[in-house]
Amino acid sequence: MSSRYLIRLASAALALVALTLAAPAADMPDPAADAKAFRNFFVTKFPKVKLEDFVNGPYSMNEDMRRQWEEKEQFPPYEFSLDMGKEMFAKPFRNGKTYADCFPNQGIGIRQDYPYFDTKEGKVITLELALNRCREANGEPAFSYVKDEMAALTAYMAFTSRGRPFDIKIPDDPRALEAYQNGKRYFYTRRGQLNFSCATCHVQNPGERMRAEILAPALGILNAMPIYRSEWGGMGTISRRFTTCNSQIRGVPLEPQAEEYRDLEYYLSYVSNGLPIAGPGSRP
Amino acid sequence: MSRIRLNMRISIPSLAFVLAIAGGTFALAASSETDFKAAYAAAEATNREAGRLRNQWTVTEEALADAKKAADKGDFDHAVAAAKEAEALAKASIFQAASEKEAWKNLEIR
Repeated sequence: MSSRYLIRLASAALALVALTLAAPAADMPDPAADAKAFRNFFVTKFPKVKLEDFVNGPYSMNEDMRRQWEEKEQFPPYEFSLDMGKEMFAKPFRNGKTYADCFPNQGIGIRQDYPYFDTKEGKVITLELALNRCREANGEPAFSYVKDEMAALTAYMAFTSRGRPFDIKIPDDPRALEAYQNGKRYFYTRRGQLNFSCATCHVQNPGERMRAEILAPALGILNAMPIYRSEWGGMGTISRRFTTCNSQIRGVPLEPQAEEYRDLEYYLSYVSNGLPIAGPGSRP
Repeated sequence: MSRIRLNMRISIPSLAFVLAIAGGTFALAASSETDFKAAYAAAEATNREAGRLRNQWTVTEEALADAKKAADKGDFDHAVAAAKEAEALAKASIFQAASEKEAWKNLEIR
């Protein structure tokens, strides 16, 4: 056996080992790279839209709608809910404690840190979930996750964070990375009889019309939550947005705050890191 | 006369054939409560499997409800047809869940 042949054989073996080692790395989630690619996609697709303006959803995509919205913002339709949330937030529970006792910084200006991954529990904790946990810990019944009181409370908390950039962290914990990846998978997975994924509307077609609506871009899509929606005739939370999206594509929605939805919120919030909180918002 | 007899000889077996076909068709169309129960159970089981995969469709539930409503009225033909439609929809949702296990990656922004 010639030495040249041996060298070739050794090189081939080394290449094989290198490929085997590189293969799992290619499948490993890389949230930072994802977020960069996500942002670049939208910035490139809509070069005239300022980065921080993506949080305004359809209004960043359509000039006529934007003008109507700006006029509407002088007497915003979420104002009643915001006032109600402020009042509720300050009102003590029957045991004398308040929501402020359950949150860092007494719950003021912290919206941008939610959802977070709780390394003790090994799961994603959203603001809606944390609020209901706070109530239950203080002997109060949980609220519906989709509207009314929950929308009012999250509206107030978002308002105290307006302008602060999303700051979602993925701790050094494989379960956190898994939750992030699950959220990403949910976002891109087609479902329902219409065979749509979240990305079908909010990545492939933002700015386009679907019936009377202008589809919002996925970048910054949660920053203005909760929202007053004319279509709903009232306020709705992130849970309401996710469940109605599923129904609209003829998929049976999961229960509000299901693990899949919390992971989805984690993913969508993370890839919008750096964009300002703009909630509460209003949408057609 | 012989001509008439000939015609009769042809027409009697033909008539029997037509009646047999019609009878068969009639037997197929008239569904019983038992048929409905079997079709509904199959559709429900398939939809449960879609639920296990967290991928049920609203239209499957609507078809199941439609089947139940028709059965309550005694319209088992409609009830069986709706149950079979529900089963087909549930199978499609299972197929979607299976194919999306990998296909979702095709939409990913990279």
